[in-house]
Amino acid sequence: MRWIDGDKRVEISLKLNGRKVRGRAESRTLLCDFLRHELGATGTHSGCEHGVCGACTVRIDGILARSCLVLAVQTQGREVESVEGLGTPDALGELQAAFRRHHALQCGYCTPGILVSMNDLLEREPAPAEDRVREVLSGHLCRCTGYTPIVRAVLDAATRLAGGATGQNPRNEDV
Amino acid sequence: MKPARFDYARAGSAEEAFSLLHEYGEEAVALAGGQSLLAMMNMRLADPAVVVDLSDCTELDFARVAGDRVEIGAMFRQAALERWHGTQTHLPLLSSMLPYIGHYQTRARGTIGGSMAHADPSAEIPLAAVTMGAEVVLRSVRGERRVAARDFFLGPLDTERDPDELIWSVSFPSYDNWAGMAFEEVAYRHGDFAIAAFAAVADADTVVLGVGGVAGRPTVFEWPRAALEDIDAELAGAARELEVLSDHHADDHYRRRLLRSVAPNVLARAVSAASRRGSES
Repeated sequence: MRWIDGDKRVEISLKLNGRKVRGRAESRTLLCDFLRHELGATGTHSGCEHGVCGACTVRIDGILARSCLVLAVQTQGREVESVEGLGTPDALGELQAAFRRHHALQCGYCTPGILVSMNDLLEREPAPAEDRVREVLSGHLCRCTGYTPIVRAVLDAATRLAGGATGQNPRNEDV
Repeated sequence: MKPARFDYARAGSAEEAFSLLHEYGEEAVALAGGQSLLAMMNMRLADPAVVVDLSDCTELDFARVAGDRVEIGAMFRQAALERWHGTQTHLPLLSSMLPYIGHYQTRARGTIGGSMAHADPSAEIPLAAVTMGAEVVLRSVRGERRVAARDFFLGPLDTERDPDELIWSVSFPSYDNWAGMAFEEVAYRHGDFAIAAFAAVADADTVVLGVGGVAGRPTVFEWPRAALEDIDAELAGAARELEVLSDHHADDHYRRRLLRSVAPNVLARAVSAASRRGSES
């Protein structure tokens, strides 16, 4: 058993996007705040802080989680994947590139959580129907772009990822 | 929107969790998937002194068929239940209700035991449990007891569980081939809390209607098949009998209307499914 007094800050070590990291947190520190303030991983956005908006969605040990509904101390020894793991500005992941092509974001606040969710969906279900994408997207709130270009981007990424093995569309050209 | 201060304990085993709950009683809460509890703590609607994290209690993470029952461990996740091979075969009613629980993202982490313990009046798993006649297996340092799901829920966020007890599992009767089932939920958007949810099970002699979201706890009505002849009168009586919730999304009048207008279709679908099964066997 691990016991942490409420008035103590303790060291937490975990893997973030495959890299070993450590930081300090109180028992009441939320994972989203720990990622942003302590680890400097500001890709994860903190929105509603009660599990509704989806902006802070990450994966813990391969399972999707609202990082506002997880305590930082719960991730001791676990593996967290955040939006930073999906690509870099110079080398966007297939899903990120599709979001850019389809203008699937405006302010970008909700985008990190949506990318993490949709990455999870495409890993589990590589060829989702549009209805399925919309259903999964219902776990996220976007207040400026609207959902249509997001759905298009996810479906396009799914097609390209499926064709990737045969070398189709290597240049990510506009659609 | 941050939780107030609390002491945190990650229990290494269910035995450790029992000891902690025994020691701290009402001051402690057990943390399963956290999809409701942490939201309530963030909003300071819950302010526990001690949080007992069950995420290392792997012995609570199971699903198995045992004779004519299906036992689901408290830490079995909702998404795992969606994927488990036995769900569709042995728990078809629950299987049809799972997609309505929260969202893809919350089902990934939300657990069966957490949903039962939280006891939201509109929640799908408690509704499935009362409609199917499941039992809740509670354990503590004092031992084990089994409580019928129909007696387990007392009111909104209130259950028969004592403060030192942990939900070990939920034991469902396996519905293989003898009953017909149907489910329908009314919500403003898919994934929202149900304004009203109806689950029905029909066999050769009786029909069972489970009603969620309408009263302070999931409620069950049972009638002989013959009562379906005059189901409108039965449902009018049920609507009068229930203490119906009222909020800014839907007032009590509307919820009663839903009970009287939607439930007959759900019951008819269950009966027709039962007849199909009957003619096949």
